[in-house]
Amino acid sequence: MRSAARNRELLALIPVALLLSAGFAAVFAQENARLGNLSLVYGAYFLAVCLATHVFLRLRLPNADPYLFPLVALLTAFGLVMIYRIDEGLARDQANWFVLGLVLFALTIQFLRDYDVLERYRYTIAVAGLLLLLAPRLPGIGQQVNGAYLGVKIGPLAFQPAEFSKICIVVFLASYLREHREVLVVGARRVLGVTLPPLKHLGPLLVVWGASMFMLVFIRDLGSSLMFFAAFLALLYVATGRFSFVAIGMALFLLGAWFFASTVPHVHDRVEVWLTPYHDPTGSGYQILQSIFAQADGGLFGKGFGQALITIPGTHAALLPAAQTDTIYALIVNELGLFGACALVLIYLLIAARGFKIALLADDGFSKLLATGLTAVFAIQAFVIIGGVTRVIPLTGVTLPFISYGGSSIVANFVLLALLLLISDRARREAAEPRGAFAMEGA
Amino acid sequence: MNRQIVKLFGLIVALFAVLVGFTSYWSVFDAKALKEKEANKRPLLEQQQIKRGRILAADGTVLARSVAKGSGASRRYVRRYPQAALYGHPIGYSFVRQGNSEFEKFHDDELIGSESEFGSILDELRGRRQEGDDIVTNIEPEAQRVALADLEAAGFGAVVAIEPSSGRVRVLASNPPYDPNRVPLELSKLNENEVESPLFDRATQGQYPPGSTFKVVTAAAGLDSDAITPETTIDAPGELDVQGQPLQNDFTESFGPISLDTALTNSVNTWFAQLGERVGEGTLFEYMDRFGFNSTPSIDLPEDQVYASGIFEAGKLLGPDDPIDIARVAIGQERLAVTPLQMAEVAAAVANGGSLMKPQIWSRVVDPDGRVTRRLEPTEYSRAIDEQTAAELTAAMEGVVSEGTGTNAAIPGVAVAGKTGTAETPFNDACGGGTEENQAWFIGFAPADEPKIAIAATVECTTAFGNDVAAPIFRDVAETILADE
Repeated sequence: MRSAARNRELLALIPVALLLSAGFAAVFAQENARLGNLSLVYGAYFLAVCLATHVFLRLRLPNADPYLFPLVALLTAFGLVMIYRIDEGLARDQANWFVLGLVLFALTIQFLRDYDVLERYRYTIAVAGLLLLLAPRLPGIGQQVNGAYLGVKIGPLAFQPAEFSKICIVVFLASYLREHREVLVVGARRVLGVTLPPLKHLGPLLVVWGASMFMLVFIRDLGSSLMFFAAFLALLYVATGRFSFVAIGMALFLLGAWFFASTVPHVHDRVEVWLTPYHDPTGSGYQILQSIFAQADGGLFGKGFGQALITIPGTHAALLPAAQTDTIYALIVNELGLFGACALVLIYLLIAARGFKIALLADDGFSKLLATGLTAVFAIQAFVIIGGVTRVIPLTGVTLPFISYGGSSIVANFVLLALLLLISDRARREAAEPRGAFAMEGA
Repeated sequence: MNRQIVKLFGLIVALFAVLVGFTSYWSVFDAKALKEKEANKRPLLEQQQIKRGRILAADGTVLARSVAKGSGASRRYVRRYPQAALYGHPIGYSFVRQGNSEFEKFHDDELIGSESEFGSILDELRGRRQEGDDIVTNIEPEAQRVALADLEAAGFGAVVAIEPSSGRVRVLASNPPYDPNRVPLELSKLNENEVESPLFDRATQGQYPPGSTFKVVTAAAGLDSDAITPETTIDAPGELDVQGQPLQNDFTESFGPISLDTALTNSVNTWFAQLGERVGEGTLFEYMDRFGFNSTPSIDLPEDQVYASGIFEAGKLLGPDDPIDIARVAIGQERLAVTPLQMAEVAAAVANGGSLMKPQIWSRVVDPDGRVTRRLEPTEYSRAIDEQTAAELTAAMEGVVSEGTGTNAAIPGVAVAGKTGTAETPFNDACGGGTEENQAWFIGFAPADEPKIAIAATVECTTAFGNDVAAPIFRDVAETILADE
């Protein structure tokens, strides 16, 4: 039983290994003039690190979901190949972040085996999450990127606190809703045909709404704000089963977003560019238009690794701005086509499926809500940035999890993965033990 | 809670399906439209990495070529035009930011060497970089130079010379010219210059009143439809009343009963006005269609850079059922607007025994290994008139040059057939609004008995007559081409 799950994980890592080797080989063959000879060695290193992680999981979390880690490794490999294709130096950085992410992954698993302690510190975690969000606005350490306050720089260390904040907020919400879900439902009253939660318990929820609006105004980060609030609504719905709460929340968010879109210039611009990108094709509309043109260039099968234009030849002017971060999805469509992009979306969907599966298997309310929240915030983040690049929603500076270049994103998402695996290990162990050998593995 | 979790997953699936939907829309369904967007420079940037083929004159003179800049991955090609302004029209330009125009645009596929998807995959496997094919044109450099030099001395205008038997375009000149090499730096300046509009190809886009040159079309319709014979006489008074307005000959000269020869030689307005009425609207339109009027000429230039000729009302072509003053159309007045290319086609059709060949600038496509992959096969556009009509008309047109209004077109030792035209364009804003402005024309071909070249020459905003400014240009260009033969 124990080894069965891990054997399955090991087996699943084989196609990842093949894909990664093929990807690196393809990029290498395409650009051998530009890239160093050692580049193929990176693939080997990557596999070694994955195997080490697998052994670690075999020892520490033998029952954990066998597919999550291979799926994430696949995404990371995919991301590494794309970034390697953009710039060798960036890929080296990203590989280092990957290793650092795995170290934090291991530490989380090692020291948070009993993740229930998180519940005890939920308010501390909530405050930490909010402080992290506020940090970019603090003088001295805050950094403004394209009009949004996303980064923090303390000495040589620069990171995007929103990536970590999302975990803190989900932990808090899971814990808070676990405790209050009954009263939210029981105390609900019908006013004018709409089911409203009791006023007393509405307060904290309004605080979350306020925090989202606050982010919109002060952090000016439409993407993170949308991601946080959507995760909140998802959790609220799962905890209470009341769709009306979600509808009210959505209405409040849209109202607030509409209000700030018409008053806060940065938010307003993002929405304007989304609606009328051709208004200023060489200025504010440049990024979204170039992103869509890059996709149009890809077609069904794409142009192949290393074939897409990222800068205007002979210059350093960007043809696809932020290709390694915000618009990496457009680059993937360009080089791997609609089929490659569908494969990528499918991987995200499979990860979401496994995450929700963990939530279904989990026994206690906190585990259920935590697994749901972490999975939801992960899937919604992927939706927000892919949706931005494909003009489903306004384009914002959210990273594509495990693919985009950036240390904060990689590290934070590995911590998220560690938490999911911790929940999974306990849930599957508990599900397996009473019924012994008859339990269905990975059903 | 499990039920909600499953529903939430369902929502995530739906959201991701939307992403796949939008991605398919951009990458496949809307891709073609996106590639044609003005703001999308990708297709051009990709082309820039391809060595575009050269464009050559008939004698091998290089009109356009690509030179490499940078090396390795950043290697790109930039277009150079060694002959500068001489071939700005009709060759056009090809630059990443400014796009393609004229011949460069029409023949883009050959010049960048586009081939079947299978072919390019094979090339890629063999490690070959895509390379464009060269195109050899029919343009005669010496004649093109003479045409443009003459135009520059005479005024704004255009010259088109076509080989009647094949439709090969030997000269296509428009004054003022522009130097395509300067387009990357000065495109907006060239565009803003509304008085000179140098980017405007007057040979294919200039829509001018044809004046008396249109009498050739009226005469062709009259003879070919048997409304008249060369012997038919019509009484030509000094002045006619047409639709309540007097229609006069020059100096209100009265000619009495005369036949086609005399009428064409002296360009008698009252004679042709009556012929027009005899021929009738339907028949005249039919012959205009046969000569290529009322539709975009099928020359190898982009459709938006070649204009149709015909009778226009508020930018729209009129048809045979619209109310028109047929008598004034017959003498090239009314709302007739024609391009120099169209009038050259009229001359070429008559010269070629009544058969109008499709005018073509290109002659052959040569691949990078020097093999000719495609060769122009001259094709007939239409049989405008029968051979006998053409011969009768030629005889009358010879009279114009030998003893009539077009004597300045005469070439010693060569029989020339032609027709002058001088359309009055008073108060024309483009000319500065003066009252003495004319559109001067000459169309014709030589030698009359065995035509080698048909030419239309026109000068806008001039105080001179067709015979004074346009006929000499015809003569110089025809002489140059005949000397080459």
